[in-house]
Amino acid sequence: MSDDIILEAKNLTKSFGGFVAVNDVNLRIKRGAIHAIIGPNGAGKTTMFNLLTKFITPTSGKILFNDRDITNRKPAEIANMGIVRSFQISAVFPHLTALENVRLALQRSLGVSYQFWRSKSVLHDLDAKAVAALDQVGLKEFAHLKAVELPYGRKRALEIATTLGLEPELMLLDEPTQGMGTEDVGAVTELIGRVREGRTIVMVEHNLGVVAELADTITVLARGEVLAEGPYSEVSKNPAVMEAYMGVSADEQEEVA
Amino acid sequence: MSNTTSTTSEIGEFEQEDVSPETHKRGRIVQAVFWVVLLGFLAVAPFFLYPVFVMQLLCFALFAAAFNLLIGFTGLLSFGHAAFFGGAAYVAGHVLKVWGFPPILGIIAGTLAAAAMGWVVGSLAIRRQGIYFAMITLALAQIVYFFALQMPFTGGEDGLQGIPRGNLLGIFNLSDPITMYYFVAAVFIVGFLAIYRIVHSPFGQVLQAIRENEPRALSLGYNVDRFKLLAFVLSAGLAGLAGSTKALVFQFASLTDAHWQMSGEVILMTLLGGMGTIFGPVVGAFIVVTLQHFLSGIGSWVQVVIGGTFIACVLLFRRGIVGEIARLLRISSL
Repeated sequence: MSDDIILEAKNLTKSFGGFVAVNDVNLRIKRGAIHAIIGPNGAGKTTMFNLLTKFITPTSGKILFNDRDITNRKPAEIANMGIVRSFQISAVFPHLTALENVRLALQRSLGVSYQFWRSKSVLHDLDAKAVAALDQVGLKEFAHLKAVELPYGRKRALEIATTLGLEPELMLLDEPTQGMGTEDVGAVTELIGRVREGRTIVMVEHNLGVVAELADTITVLARGEVLAEGPYSEVSKNPAVMEAYMGVSADEQEEVA
Repeated sequence: MSNTTSTTSEIGEFEQEDVSPETHKRGRIVQAVFWVVLLGFLAVAPFFLYPVFVMQLLCFALFAAAFNLLIGFTGLLSFGHAAFFGGAAYVAGHVLKVWGFPPILGIIAGTLAAAAMGWVVGSLAIRRQGIYFAMITLALAQIVYFFALQMPFTGGEDGLQGIPRGNLLGIFNLSDPITMYYFVAAVFIVGFLAIYRIVHSPFGQVLQAIRENEPRALSLGYNVDRFKLLAFVLSAGLAGLAGSTKALVFQFASLTDAHWQMSGEVILMTLLGGMGTIFGPVVGAFIVVTLQHFLSGIGSWVQVVIGGTFIACVLLFRRGIVGEIARLLRISSL
């Protein structure tokens, strides 16, 4: 295996009862790339995502991270190895401030998280770093606002800031622009483009505009299997993809365009 | 397609709420007022109230505050906390009466026993969530109740009677009500400060994250189960501290303390006062115990009054008394 593959899925299969949600999928994620997983509803994107983040266990197959087998690791363990995920529903800690949200990501590095007898003032050492992370996503001025009071788009930005706080080698984003207005979509897209430096990003995304803008490689899933893979320009012209994803044949697609 | 040129500072629009240092300062002042009132009350209460009654208030206030550590700050509903409260009372009573331990060691023994029970119950219960978690704690607490009823050393239905108060550090005679009162007040302050510290520790910060969003806490690399278990053990231990102290106050450990109704009462106290607040459980316990005390003349009707109060609380001010005060004054924690 070549060195520049950070995450690899080998013959990954997941079935729920009789239903095979992900069927014998092979995936190779290049280091430093933004890799998007797309596909129509029910294609197995979310299952695939949960498999890669270890929130569910595959029926068969293997997952390798930096050539290490992580198939049977727990979610908290892989987070400690440098794989951090985001969630489809905005995943913040609503009644904590934006600063506290980010600080929770930084806190683990201090090694004081089980120390119930210490004052949390020890955490103030992390405030500068947390504010810097907030600044990176344009939330510096809202540091002391509770997350619940932030509008949706900013919650997503906060979530990304929190994820960045862990300095992950690999970031997995589950539909980062889902449920957003055009304005917010643009801002989050720009944000992801900005924070990609030095890390690898895997994203499940519905918005093809975002995918076209950001992704180096796209894997198209349909009915739990890989339909096509390659850069946007290639994949978007693939007739099978158009058929499955757009629900129209290539000819009709031309007409629409 | 989206407009990708806009900057992040344009994400969404909303009115920024008042989060100025002024709000922060107001929060501190209100909190200081609560501390002063509480400590002032502790200092003078035995001079105008029956000391044993005030000691009872304090034991239940500590019990509710310990319980709140789980429901209010970790998001776990235990329906079996009477097992730790009552179990500790029996253990403390036994070592004080039969083994002749001095009072402080008796209380420590009860506290440690409750923490150990908390470890067993917690290890089993945290495997499930929500209502299943609550049911496991209830089932295990019923087992403890059964033991309290059947074991020879507990005195069965009669309870464990005649627990000696003894001498504190060999100097202070605890059979004097005022001396005993200040000892209990000191135990309460130690327990309450411990809870305050746990809530405001790096550990407490993670507990609140788990309460707010467990999968997210997990994805940030926190071993959620270990945090929950430690929180459970601490809460059980502190409930045991309250239970042991109560046994010493009344010189009596009874089945009532371990009964499931007691588990229900502590939930009621916490919700009434305001779960997830520092002072709420204390206020809630004071109200419930005071109602029980002064309405004891009307017999079992007191349950109706407390039930009615509870319904009014849930319907009119869901955050509980202290929670509503915090909201009205627009401060984040009290």
